[in-house]
Formats: sequence, structure tokens, C-alpha cells
Amino acid sequence: MIKAILIFNNHGKPQLSKFYQPYSEDTQQQIIRETFHLVSKRDENVCNFLEGGLLIGGSDNKLIYRHYATLYFVFCVDSSESELGILDLIQVFVETLDKCFENVCELDLIFHVDKVHNILAEMVMGGMVLETNMNEIVTQIDAQNKLEKSEAGLAGAPARAVSAVKNMNLPEIPRNINIGDISIKVPNLPSFK
Amino acid sequence: MALKMVKGSIDRMFDKNLQDLVRGIRNHKEDEAKYISQCIDEIKQELKQDNIAVKANAVCKLTYLQMLGYDISWAAFNIIEVMSASKFTFKRIGYLAASQSFHEGTDVIMLTTNQIRKDLSSPSQYDTGVALTGLSCFVTPDLARDLANDIMTLMSHTKPYIRKKAVLIMYKVFLKYPESLRPAFPRLKEKLEDPDPGVQSAAVNVICELARRNPKNYLSLAPLFFKLMTSSTNNWVLIKIIKLFGALTPLEPRLGKKLIEPLTNLIHSTSAMSLLYECVNTVIAVLISLSSGMPNHSASIQLCVQKLRILIEDSDQNLKYLGLLAMSKILKTHPKSVQSHKDLILQCLDDKDESIRLRALDLLYGMVSKKNLMEIVKKLMTHVDKAEGTTYRDELLTKIIDICSQSNYQYITNFEWYISILVELTRLEGTRHGHLIAAQMLDVAIRVKAIRKFAVSQMSALLDSAHLLASSTQRNGICEVLYAAAWICGEFSEHLQEPHHTLEAMLRPRVTTLPGHIQAVYVQNVVKLYASILQQKEQAGEAEGAQAVTQLMVDRLPQFVQSADLEVQERASCILQLVKHIQKLQAKDVPVAEEVSALFAGELNPVAPKAQKKVPVPEGLDLDAWINEPLSDSESEDERPRAVFHEEEQRRPKHRPSEADEEELARRREARKQEQANNPFYIKSSPSPQKRYQDTPGVEHIPVVQIDLSVPLKVPGLPMSDQYVKLEEERRHRQKLEKDKRRKKRKEKEKKGKRRHSSLPTESDEDIAPAQQVDIVTEEMPENALPSDEDDKDPNDPYRALDIDLDKPLADSEKLPIQKHRNTETSKSPEKDVPMVEKKSKKPKKKEKKHKEKERDKEKRKEKEKKAEDLDFWLSTTPPPAPAPAPVPSTGELSVNTVTTPKDECEDAKTEAQGEEDDAEGQDQDKKSPKPKKKKHRKEKEERTKGKKKSKKQPPGSEEAAGEPVQNGAPEEEQLPPESSYSLLAENSYVKMTCDIRGSLQEDSQVTVAIVLENRSSSILKGMELSVLDSLNARMARPQGSSVHDGVPVPFQLPPGVSNEAQYVFTIQSIVMAQKLKGTLSFIAKNDEGATHEKLDFRLHFSCSSYLITTPCYSDAFAKLLESGDLSMSSVKVDGIRMSFQNLLAKICFHHHFSVVERVDSCASMYSRSIQGHHVCLLVKKGENSVSVDGKCSDSTLLSNLLEEMKATLAKC
Repeated sequence: MIKAILIFNNHGKPQLSKFYQPYSEDTQQQIIRETFHLVSKRDENVCNFLEGGLLIGGSDNKLIYRHYATLYFVFCVDSSESELGILDLIQVFVETLDKCFENVCELDLIFHVDKVHNILAEMVMGGMVLETNMNEIVTQIDAQNKLEKSEAGLAGAPARAVSAVKNMNLPEIPRNINIGDISIKVPNLPSFK
Repeated sequence: MALKMVKGSIDRMFDKNLQDLVRGIRNHKEDEAKYISQCIDEIKQELKQDNIAVKANAVCKLTYLQMLGYDISWAAFNIIEVMSASKFTFKRIGYLAASQSFHEGTDVIMLTTNQIRKDLSSPSQYDTGVALTGLSCFVTPDLARDLANDIMTLMSHTKPYIRKKAVLIMYKVFLKYPESLRPAFPRLKEKLEDPDPGVQSAAVNVICELARRNPKNYLSLAPLFFKLMTSSTNNWVLIKIIKLFGALTPLEPRLGKKLIEPLTNLIHSTSAMSLLYECVNTVIAVLISLSSGMPNHSASIQLCVQKLRILIEDSDQNLKYLGLLAMSKILKTHPKSVQSHKDLILQCLDDKDESIRLRALDLLYGMVSKKNLMEIVKKLMTHVDKAEGTTYRDELLTKIIDICSQSNYQYITNFEWYISILVELTRLEGTRHGHLIAAQMLDVAIRVKAIRKFAVSQMSALLDSAHLLASSTQRNGICEVLYAAAWICGEFSEHLQEPHHTLEAMLRPRVTTLPGHIQAVYVQNVVKLYASILQQKEQAGEAEGAQAVTQLMVDRLPQFVQSADLEVQERASCILQLVKHIQKLQAKDVPVAEEVSALFAGELNPVAPKAQKKVPVPEGLDLDAWINEPLSDSESEDERPRAVFHEEEQRRPKHRPSEADEEELARRREARKQEQANNPFYIKSSPSPQKRYQDTPGVEHIPVVQIDLSVPLKVPGLPMSDQYVKLEEERRHRQKLEKDKRRKKRKEKEKKGKRRHSSLPTESDEDIAPAQQVDIVTEEMPENALPSDEDDKDPNDPYRALDIDLDKPLADSEKLPIQKHRNTETSKSPEKDVPMVEKKSKKPKKKEKKHKEKERDKEKRKEKEKKAEDLDFWLSTTPPPAPAPAPVPSTGELSVNTVTTPKDECEDAKTEAQGEEDDAEGQDQDKKSPKPKKKKHRKEKEERTKGKKKSKKQPPGSEEAAGEPVQNGAPEEEQLPPESSYSLLAENSYVKMTCDIRGSLQEDSQVTVAIVLENRSSSILKGMELSVLDSLNARMARPQGSSVHDGVPVPFQLPPGVSNEAQYVFTIQSIVMAQKLKGTLSFIAKNDEGATHEKLDFRLHFSCSSYLITTPCYSDAFAKLLESGDLSMSSVKVDGIRMSFQNLLAKICFHHHFSVVERVDSCASMYSRSIQGHHVCLLVKKGENSVSVDGKCSDSTLLSNLLEEMKATLAKC
């Protein structure tokens, strides 16, 4: 079981939090802080597994994380998950994000957390891995987006226009925090399906 | 309309959407909180609007704020509104918000049930998908119960997208609503072979998750998973299955054997590291499960260790970490194969990655031996010095202690070294494990007697040093060590070199800065120390010195009296008074030392931590039973004590003590004293029990592990543990030399004598003799303590509820609740108004059910056996049994016969055995549950009669005759008229009551009355109540709390034409006379026209025969009984009997519960026993036309009454 999935940046600011066990908002923030504290002080070239993390439960649990450019992707899992498998799942997740957002960067996640949630929902459900095939995930996401567009129809057009205008006002948005092109050494599961 | 929509969306354009909110927050870095509270106000406004798009937008923003830590539970209702929007866009927003913020405590969650059901059955797969995803996060027990059936149908949805989601969510449903597991499991199992790999993977996922918690219930799936493992190419699925096998193998070693080969193949073939790693892991699990029986898997172990070594040597830190992790699993069972990689592991201790260092530490634990312990600990100590973070240093500290103390200090050869290691560890600043070190010091000092002298010297040095006192602020800090130091110095003060010096150290003013519990120990041990100093001084005749010590105490103790800690204060003031008193005595030159030290005489033995729990409950002690029955105002309760007195009066004469009472008492007193003296837990009252323990034989009971000899080393002051390492090496070297010498001598001898194989001079663990003579006193446990360790189970484990046997076929009652359209009639009124038709159709079903259940029971068992056989068969490595050899042509027919008959016999035997099992089980159930009792009782009865018939060698066919009237007048002598023991009680147009009264030997003076009620009308009978007027002698046992006048309800209703049996227990005081009780059955008869209240009076006749129990008796015992002469005699004669003697005896046996002891021609002796233990013997003689019965019984009244009853029975013949 996956207990929680967290994404936060190098400053510990959460960009996505998904807990598969109920916690109060305060505890959630505490867990995020603690996890950031644990993960951020680790060097780049140490292993991606971490024991401890007192808040999220017993000795059975592990933190498995990956660090991409400015973002940490952290999965808290128990012993029924394969450590290397989860590392790979993170990789699939990031690659899927990259495909859906077309060269994903931190800002995509910041402004479209709802979309990230939707993508994640196609991969992990209630703490269990639902789908690991990237093409299948992307197909489903595309189909849902199409459905959304068709629903918006005429009424959606003006809103989209406004949103486009609003975005145009923001020349400061740097799109250079690209994490799609960071080559990640994938040591395992080449035959993942 | 369109215009309105466009207008709405134009309005909306200027609302903030999520992006605007995020942007806003980023632009207000200084006053973020203020900005957000502003936004929340806006959101509240938006939520009030009717436009669902606006609401959805608001909820979307709330979801973001939730992630930032804002509580959005106040918007739960709005979230539900958005969830129920018709558009997928909004629905998704709603479900996302719900999944992020709803939990079991959310009260509006119950409003979602119908909405979710609607979405689940939506024609759009994405509506369904989104509902499933949301539900998986916030499912509650109620939702799980109500929706389980809907989700189960979705498991067979046409779209794999829905199927896989439905399969996955079932796990959550099982967790919340365990009853759903059994009904849903067959379908879940089907999904393991779903054509879609995603669905298959989901099913594997769920079953693995379930099996991980309760593996034994899933063993039967092993063949299926095995098939999947060998066929699947999906690495995710493979990993899950292999992990599952890892959980299953400990339960079934044969499975492990079967697995080794395919797993080894996978290890060799796969290129995916994750799969390789899991395979290695599972192979290790297999090897662990096999380790006891199969030593010849060294190849597999070698393969694993070798692969792991490759992982550990890899430059990828992840693989290194996992390699070490898996290595630690091998270590438990095959330490030898890991120990050869010690170099690698020690190297990992220097890794820059803390996770890896910690893993390597874990491994060290299992790699130590007597030989290398000192070396390894030395290495760890240098790490302790170098370590930066306190967490890692603390981890090192606990590891050092773990390593040294493991398996009862097995690897420590020199305890002085260990003590000095502990003392060195106290120099760590800021550790949180002071208490751990303290516990070790105490443990070693108490259990290793030889070390006490050394320990005391070290501890007194600790007490003297200042650095520990300085760190006294931190709770659980290093100052905890002083707790141990003070106690050890006090308790073993006789070993102190300079007790006076230590005493002063303990009375320093700075001590008062220590935590309260440590000060308390100080105060207590100061007195122990004081006592021993006093004794020394007095023995030496230094009265002045003694007085000086007392003065020191009187001067310094007040600082503790002022303590804020209650415990310290109380102890100090108590002791201060004591010391002042001693001072007075000393002034009068009275020797006091003896008495003062008597305060602390005796020795403490270490007691195992669980000793108290393990004290077995004495036989006959029921801790749950009432000591005094709770008061009840009913009369029936009042009468009970009378019965008790009655019995006591009967028994008392037997127990009257003999005249030699005094002697007996004295002897017992002595024995008790002896016992107390041997009991270490008993606080003795003898005036000076000083060191008495040593004298009493009780001490010998303390188990002592003997470790042999050598000379103790003395290192003065605070030694460095390193010294010991050198010394130890020297010592070992010396030992070795000596040994070699001896060996040489022996060799020379051998050369002279016969040639013998001498072992090579290797130095094994056993060769190293410990440096000191050490007694490790093992912890005490109570006598005959139970060895079980079941107290570790957590009763609150949520997965326990899922421990359900899945191989049993489903029962009718096990169905998922299906939501039906509400029936207005049923909803209006409870049971009473349910239309007749429904009732009618229900009732007979129940009867059928009984029948069915029985059959199902059998089927179940068969099926289970079959399953077990399947698994066994699959697991057995032998090829399937060869088909039966073809019959040889010449003896063709014969051989066929011989083949078939045994088989038939076998089957017969099997079914019979099953039948017996059935019964046995039934009886077991009897004791447990009251419900099936009736059924079984009747069955037993039938069996009893059947058995009797059999014993009378009845010809077959009589069973069919059962139920027919008697007057078939068969001339055959052996024919027994079938009869029923049930006699008519009362009847009217509605109901017929028949009853049977049976005694039981277990409960003397109780009889069970079984009443069969038969509905003869066309109405349904309900609300039946039985009220019986108790007499002084006979009382009905009523449910607790009901009074004598209350009726006792009949636990069933009777549809037309149905009969059922109810049983009631009566308590009888005197059984020598027959008696009758009046009673009334009241009931409501209900038919289409209406309901009437009816009554039926009856008289319950307790004959004396009904108190008798058929008891077999052997003729010699019978003869003895007759000879004993305690029995009174009486006889009766009946004329005009034409019935055969055989039938006559049968009648007596049946109606009066006798058994035939012996029968000679027309004369028979019979025996029976009453429920209160009266013996009744009969001699029945048949004349030409008459029968005479002579009886002997221990109670004459009973006998005469019995004979009267018998006469009446015989007269009817």
C-alpha cells in the first residue's frame, strides 16, 4: 500500500499532497514539513530510500523519493510494495506529466494541481497501483479532457479567452525549470508494461 | 436561455479561478494569510450562488487551500453539491475535493450514498471511474455496506477501465465491511484470470494485500498464483506474486520447495533488478522456512548471497541499500554464509549514506561471535566518536548495547570490558538513551555476581565525576546512568572500597538538581550505604566514626526533605527521622548497626519482565465468575441458597474432622512455614532474616548458567576498554599456547599408543574461555509458567477482521445487502403488520434450511477435504498415482470385483466416519450455542432409542414401523413395539402439547422438560408464553431478572401445521415423590380474519421415573450393590399380563429408564440411577400370567413410588 504521495519543491512548499489515510490538516502539514526536512538534507548521490518519518506511522513504512530539478517526488509506502518498483512508478508518473503538459515544469504543477491530481488518479487509486502503462494513462487522460471540452462547449469559450489573456499578462513566468529533459538513470524494470 | 448562460459565463470570467488564486498567493508573499482569508470570504460568497459552475470553481480553489493546510470541512455540503453536478467537469472537481477532505468523521458523508450509487451506474465510464476513485479515499463502513453490491457488479463491467477500478476498490470495502469478503471473493478470484492485464494486475494487487495480513486463508490459491507466475510477463504482477509467495511459504514448506526452481530460473534470466531483488527475497523466505528440515539448499543460499554481494558492491546506492536489507534476512538463519562477507559490511559502515550505515549496523548484530565481539565494538566506538548527528550516534549506541547483550550476553567473555564500555558510553553528550545504559548496568551487576566488585568501583567513580551531574536537565539524558550507579553502590555496598567517600559524593548539594526519580533512588541508597558503613565502624569498635557518619546524614538529608518531588520528600523525611532516632541510640552507646542493616537484608533476584503475566491461573479459579451473585429482587433467586444449605447438611458428616486435629494442624503449620521460607516472594516476619536466603534451599532453585574459569583482571580507576582488548588478546594467546602444549603432549602420547584422528588446531568460539568465572543468573519465572507468547498480538488490528476462511462455500445468509425500493408498508410498521403471505413463505423455508444446513455441512466438509487434497496433490512432488492396472484376462471378473468392493467399503466407512464427526461436532456446538440445542437433543434421543433397538437385536424393518400404533400384534417375540417417550400434555383446537422429561447426570436435581408444540389450526401462532406455577419442591429455571409470575416466552412462532420443540429446565429438590405442576400456555393465534388471544392449561407430571437415568451396570457391581445391605426393599406383583417378557422388559427400560443387567429365561435383573445418585435395582420375574417386581433402592419412598408407577405401566400391558 502507498500511504501518501507528496510533491514539494526545494523550499519545502507543497505542490501536491495526496494522503491515502485520513489525517487532519495540521498533521498533514506536519508530515509534509517533516518529510521535507528528512529528504532535503540528503546528498544527491545517496540512496533513495529513507526509514523513519515518525508521523506517518510504524517501522513498516519507508519513504521512497526522487529529486527532479526543483521538485521532490516522495512516496510513503509499506513493506508490501517493491522499493525499486515504486522508484520506477515515480519515473512513470513524471514521464506521464511530461507528456500531458508537454515539457512539464514546476509552474505547470503549481498552476494546475487539479490536473496533476487527475493524472495521479489514473495511476494510483486508494493507495494501490492502478496502472503502470504510460500510454494507457495518457489515453484515458486525453479522453477525459476531450469530454471536458465538449461539455464546456459554447459557454466555455469566453472563459478560455479570458484565461489566455490573463496568462499573457505574465511575462515573468519562467518556463525554464524544465524537468522533462533531465536524463534519469533507470536501473530497473526495462520491460515494464 | 442561451443568453442567460452566456451572461453567467461572462460574470464568471471575472471571478478568480484556481490559477488566479495561485498567482495571487505568490504575489502576496508578505501577507499570505491575510490574502487567503480574503479569498476564503470570496469563496463563501461564490458558494452561495446558484450557478453550479461558480460553485465548482470555488470548490476547486478550496481543494488547493486544503493542500496548504486550511481546514475546509465547513464546505462539505457544497462539495457534495458539486459532486452531484451532471457535468463530468464539475463532478470530477467535487469528487477530488471530497477525496482530499472527507473522512469517517464527516457527518454529511451519509448524504452521498445515493449520489455515488447513481454515478456508479452511470452510462459514462468516466463518471463511474471518478466516483470509484473518490470513494476509494473516503469510504466509510456505512458506505461500504450500502455500496458493496453495486461495486461487485461493476467488477464484471464490460469496460476493463471500470473493472480494474472496481476490483481495486474492493480492498477498501473489505477493510471497512469485512462481511463482504466472503460473498465477493469468488468473483475476485475470477478476475485473476481476466483477459485484460490491468484488471488481472489489480486483482493480484488486492489478493496480495489481503493475503499479506492473513496468509493462511489464501494458501489454497497457491496453484493459481503459481500458474500466473510462470505465465505472466508483467513485472508488476510478478513482483506482487513473488512477494505473496514470500508470505505464504512460512506456512507451507512444501510450497517453498516447489518455488525454488522457477525462482532460481527467474534470478538467472531476468534483467529487471527489481524482479531479481524480489526473487532473491522470496528465495530467502523459502530457505528460512526450510531451514529446519532441509540442509541441502546451500547452493541456493550461495546464489542469493552471491547476487546480494553484487548488489552491495554496485555503485548505485539504492541497490547497495537493498542488498544489505536482504542480507540481514539471510543472517537470521544462515549467519555463517553472511559472516564470510564481513569485510564488505564493515566497509559499508564507512559509507557516507546514513541509511546504508544503519543497514550495515543491523547486519553486524548477527555477525558477532565471542572471537570478534571486542574488535567490532571497538570499531563501533570509534564511529561513535566520529558521528555527527545525534540520531545516528544514538542508533550506534543502541546497536552496541544490542550486540553485546544479545541472547543473554552470549558473546561476552569479559564483563569488566563490557562495564567499561558502558562507562565510556556515558561520556556521550546529549544522548537520549541514558536509561538504556542504566538498564544494562543494573542488569549486568545483578545477574553477573562475579562482576559486582568491579561494577561497584566503577559506579562509585561515576557518582564522583561531575560531568554527569552537569547534564541533568535533559529527560532520559545521560544522567539516567546515575540512577543505576546509585542503586548498584547502595545495594552492593559491601564491595565498596571507600564507602565513606561515596556516601559524601551522594550527599552533595548538586545532587538536588537531578530529576526526582533519580534523587529518590539516591536517598534510598544513601541509607543502604549508611547501614553498611555503620556496621563496619561498629565492628571495628569506632564508635566516634559511627557517630560522625550519623551526623553527616543528619546534616545533609534536609536538602532532600525540601525537594519538590513528593517521592524524594517522603523518603527523605522518613529516613531523616530514622537517622535521628539512631543518633539518640548511639548517644546511649547502644549497638544499632545490626538492626539498621537488617532493613536491607536479603538479596534481590532478577525477575523476568513477563513473569507476572505468566503465572498460570490456578485450577478452579474463574476470574470472570461472580463472587457474590448480583442482587435480584425475584423470589427464585432467594430460594437458591436453601438448596445449597440442604446439600451442605448432607455432606457435612463426611467431612467431620477426626479427633487428632491438633497434631494435624501443627504439622500443616510447619509445612506452611517451610513453604514460605522457600518462597522468595513471601516477606518473612522473622526478626533477623539477614542473608537467610543463602541458607535456605530456595536459592538453589535460581537457575544459574555456569561459565568456566580463569583469573579476574583488575584495572584500577576508570579504565579504557581498549586495554581490555589488548589484555584479552594476550590472554587468548596464552591460552592457545597452553592448549597447543597439551595437544602436543597428547599427540606424543597418541604416537606412542594407537593412531587416532585428531582435529586440526582451529580456534573456534568454544575454545575461548571467558576471563572470569561468571554466573549469569537467568531471570526468574513462576513455576509452570506457560511458554506461549501470544500476548504480543494487537487486538485492535484492523486487518484481523479480515481473517476469514475463504474456502468454505457461501451460506445463504451471506449476501451483500441489496438496496431495494422502499416498501411503504414495511416502512410504516414493524413486524406485526407484515402481510401473512410473506410470513408463510418465510417459515417453511426455515425448516428447509435446517435440513439444508445439515447437508451443506457435509458438503462443506467434503469440499474442504477436496480442496486440501487438491493443494496437497499440487504440492506433492511425486507423480500422480498410476491408473489401476488393467485386469488380467484370465481372472477378469474376479479382479474387477476385488477392485470395486474395497472402494465401496472405503466410501461407506468414510461416510460413516463423517456422520460420526457430524455428531461429535453437534455435541460440541451444544455446549456453545443454545440455539441448535433442541435439534440435537432430539437427534440424540432418537439415537438412543435406535441404539437400544440395535442392542436388542431387532430385525431390520422395525425402523419403518416406527410411528405406527402398537396393536399390530406381531407374534414374533423379538418384535418391539415402537413407542414415543413423548406423552400428551394438553391439546385444544389450536395446539397440541406433548412433553418428555429427562434428567441429566451433570446437573443433579435438574431435569429438562422438552415440550413439543404442534400447530393444528390454520392460523399462525405467535407470542407464545409458558407460565408455570412453581411448587416448593420444583421450580422452573427462568431467565435472569424475571419473576416467578412472569411467563417464559417460547423462542419460536408456529406457522400452520408446523411443530417445534422448546426446552425448559426445572430444579427439583426432592425426587423421592412424583409431583405435578400446573401451567398455562398463552399465545396469539393470527389468521386472515384477525388475531385472538388464546390459552391452554396443562399439568406437568414429574413421575419418579423421569428422575431416573438409564445407566448401564455390570453384574458383579450389581451383586455388590445388593450385598451391601444399605438398600431397602419393596415388591409389587401384577396379574393378567400376556405380553412377551422381552417386550415387557423393553417397556420398563423405555418408560422407566432402566437397563437390563442380566437376563436368565423369564427372570431379569435391572438397574437405574436417579439424578441425585440413588441406586435402584430390580428383579423382574414373569410367571404364567403375572409379573412380579422386587426392588431395592437407597431410598424407600422413591422405591415404592417407582414401583407404583411401574405397576400402572404393566397393568396396561
